[in-house]
Amino acid sequence: MTTEAADSAEAVGTIAPAADPGFLRRHGGTIEYVLIPGAALVGALVVFGIFVAMFGKNPLDLYFYMYYGAFGTWFSWQNTLTRAAPLILTALCTALPAQLGMVIIGGEGALLIGALSATSVALALQGLPPLVVQIAMVVAGVIGGGSWIMLSGGLRQYRGVNETISSLLLVYIALAILNHLVEGAMRDPASLNKPSTREIGAANMIGTIPGTDVHWGLVFGLIAAIAAYILVYHTVFGFAARIAGGNIRAAKIVGLGVDKLILTVCFLAGGAAGLAGMVEVAAVQGRTNANLAAGYGFTGILVAFLARQNPLAIIPVAILLGGISASGGLLQRRLGLPDASVLVLQGIIFVFVLASDALYGRIGLLKGKS
Amino acid sequence: MIIGETPPPSGAFGVDAVAMTMRFGDFLALDNVELKVRPGSFHALLGENGAGKSTLVKCIMGYYHATEGDILVGGREQAIGNPKDAHALGLGMVYQHFTLVPAMTVAENLVLARDDVPAVVNWPKEMKELEAFLSRMPFKVPLGAKVADISAGERQKCEILKQLYLKRRFLILDEPTSVLTPAEADEVLGMLRDMVVRGELTILMITHKFREVMAFADDVTILRRGKLAGAGKVAELTPDAMARAMIGAEQLAVQPARTGAAGQTRLELQKLRALDDAGAVAVHDVSLTVRAGEIVGIAGVSGNGQRQLVEVLAGQREAESGDIRVAGDLYRASREEMRRHKMSLLPEEPLKNACVGGMSVADNIAFREFDRAPFARGGWWLNRGAFREEARTKIAQYKIKTRTPDTPISALSGGNVQRAVLARELGGDVEVLIAANPCFGLDFAAVAQIHAEIMAARNRGAAVLLVSEDLDELLELSDRLVVMFRGEFVYEARTSEAELTVIGRHMAGH
Repeated sequence: MTTEAADSAEAVGTIAPAADPGFLRRHGGTIEYVLIPGAALVGALVVFGIFVAMFGKNPLDLYFYMYYGAFGTWFSWQNTLTRAAPLILTALCTALPAQLGMVIIGGEGALLIGALSATSVALALQGLPPLVVQIAMVVAGVIGGGSWIMLSGGLRQYRGVNETISSLLLVYIALAILNHLVEGAMRDPASLNKPSTREIGAANMIGTIPGTDVHWGLVFGLIAAIAAYILVYHTVFGFAARIAGGNIRAAKIVGLGVDKLILTVCFLAGGAAGLAGMVEVAAVQGRTNANLAAGYGFTGILVAFLARQNPLAIIPVAILLGGISASGGLLQRRLGLPDASVLVLQGIIFVFVLASDALYGRIGLLKGKS
Repeated sequence: MIIGETPPPSGAFGVDAVAMTMRFGDFLALDNVELKVRPGSFHALLGENGAGKSTLVKCIMGYYHATEGDILVGGREQAIGNPKDAHALGLGMVYQHFTLVPAMTVAENLVLARDDVPAVVNWPKEMKELEAFLSRMPFKVPLGAKVADISAGERQKCEILKQLYLKRRFLILDEPTSVLTPAEADEVLGMLRDMVVRGELTILMITHKFREVMAFADDVTILRRGKLAGAGKVAELTPDAMARAMIGAEQLAVQPARTGAAGQTRLELQKLRALDDAGAVAVHDVSLTVRAGEIVGIAGVSGNGQRQLVEVLAGQREAESGDIRVAGDLYRASREEMRRHKMSLLPEEPLKNACVGGMSVADNIAFREFDRAPFARGGWWLNRGAFREEARTKIAQYKIKTRTPDTPISALSGGNVQRAVLARELGGDVEVLIAANPCFGLDFAAVAQIHAEIMAARNRGAAVLLVSEDLDELLELSDRLVVMFRGEFVYEARTSEAELTVIGRHMAGH
């Protein structure tokens, strides 16, 4: 408060201005971006603690096992990072269109279509060198997922359909297509209990990063997030997208082709989620089946919102949420909580993050001088 | 809470604001300002945008609580905690923009405005009372007509009648004539003046039109940058003296003289038709040519299709039918065409139409050129250094007041946002310039600078289409004047030969 008094004195011109204009104020915006989601996360953990206490468990035990299960050992770190990899990619599916002011929540659908495309290509190219197959899988996954979200973008631009709703509904269509093919044309006759496609073959799997159990998908995710950041903040394309996202009228008055921007960004976003599907097939499952609909696409939405749609911030947030999901098993074993309780926590976090949105620019201590 | 007594139940009363100081955080919006409005007088409050006029009347009306200072109503000190307290004291305010419900009738709007609307309205009784009320009033408005169907002048009369109907006897008018034709403005103000002379009403009018101050006001108070810059009897003042008090010692840009004759046709509209957001035809098959080195002004009361016309030219709205040609080529508002034809656009409300509020001043200045060298290396990589360097040059050249080039443009005042857009749009060569209310709500210094820039662009051979609701601006700048009414061009004349009354008649659709 002393800085405020000094500043107003400066405006009146009766007292010499204070030397320091106020660290909190100058960096208020940046601090807010860390502080508010952080507080939302803490708030959610407290509420989850109460929820757990109602089951007669000690919330402190809960927090300890969550930490232990997520980051306590090298093993849990690897588990966490493995789960974070697809989350980074699916979060980009929400964060990239957000730069254009769109709310896309259909990353799960793009992931499934990407997985299906990658599997199809791998099965069609059996016998070729693994590297060729793997590259073809990446391309197919990106194109499959990209086209899927581009469909949402196109519906919005040319037919006026709300992209949030269409992308969500496309998830169910994607799931239906996947089930249809997996139980029909693409079914491996040997998969009796769980209808699946045939395996892509051990040679075509992308394997793990040397010295770890973490698969290469994490590197894909990191590269994609950094590339997305560079695209948004350092390229002509990203600049145009930010103009269109910031004010569509301003974009039109300087003649930017908004339709093309939207379709391209949707394609890239869907491509990221499609790549997540490819990674799940080529690094984890080895085939396509209903296991792929594990909710990575939906958790990705949460990651993107917690990261304030910033592609770089997605990386730590994905690791954090990957950790929460990794700790689910430990909670089940040690505390006897149902496996789904981490989903409850995710839901609580989401509500807190959405509600905390109202706090930006309202914390008096951090208000800028503008 | 109201301290003291309410003023007498009838007749005019005065309002005094004593030593008013209003502080918003670090910003001093009012600094020890004094305002004395005598009972039964017509008082004008003059000042540039941001001088503190609105803040002062909002303090009087109870929307803001002054940091220091007192308000005396009818000579008694009153604590006005909220607008309801002000209404109870008989204070009323008429806003610049309409507050009527367009889909309801005039009578419904009047009754709706009351604090004590009964759950079931006895319409026959209310109508009888309304008619009796109207018979005592100088203006007539059709009670049964829907607000959407009546003219802007009639709507403004309704707004004033609403205040009188609510038994307000001290009216604050916030630029009440900005949406009226000159004839309508004179009529409304003349009638209010008569009521003031009869001692029924006291009026405090915020305005920037000296003509209205000279014709109707008794007293004037002038604010400059939150401070009292002058006050006195209008009869003892000249417009020049008032203008000097408003502007202070600030140097205004000098407008270059009109030079050179019009050349070839640059911009051509052929039977252009456009719809408004509701799907009604807003622009009716209009045709127009603008030649190089010529300013064509489009006059008209707001809401006669000018906005939609400009939006089509700016690429913000698709034309329903008809063509736009620039230098003979069909024009569809693409970036490539804008560039080829060196088109510039100065839309109204620049923050809403031409800027991204959250992006920096430097970024906003670069919107037209960011995808070319030196801003883009190799056509795709942004060169941040070039952005900042260009911004520094433009900020100095166009006198944009901003803390740094990296400040978000939404933090700038309206005049400085418009200067930034001006720097972007007029910084290079211009062959076609489309400007819509470019000076709306800006201070003298910004207006003078913008007018000078537009005239300079014309003299350099640009074809200029200037759409404005400010007739004085059009008469000053344009070579040719077109009046737009209900989506059509109903009148055209060379500005030098145009008569104000004829233009006003066409603006009103007669």
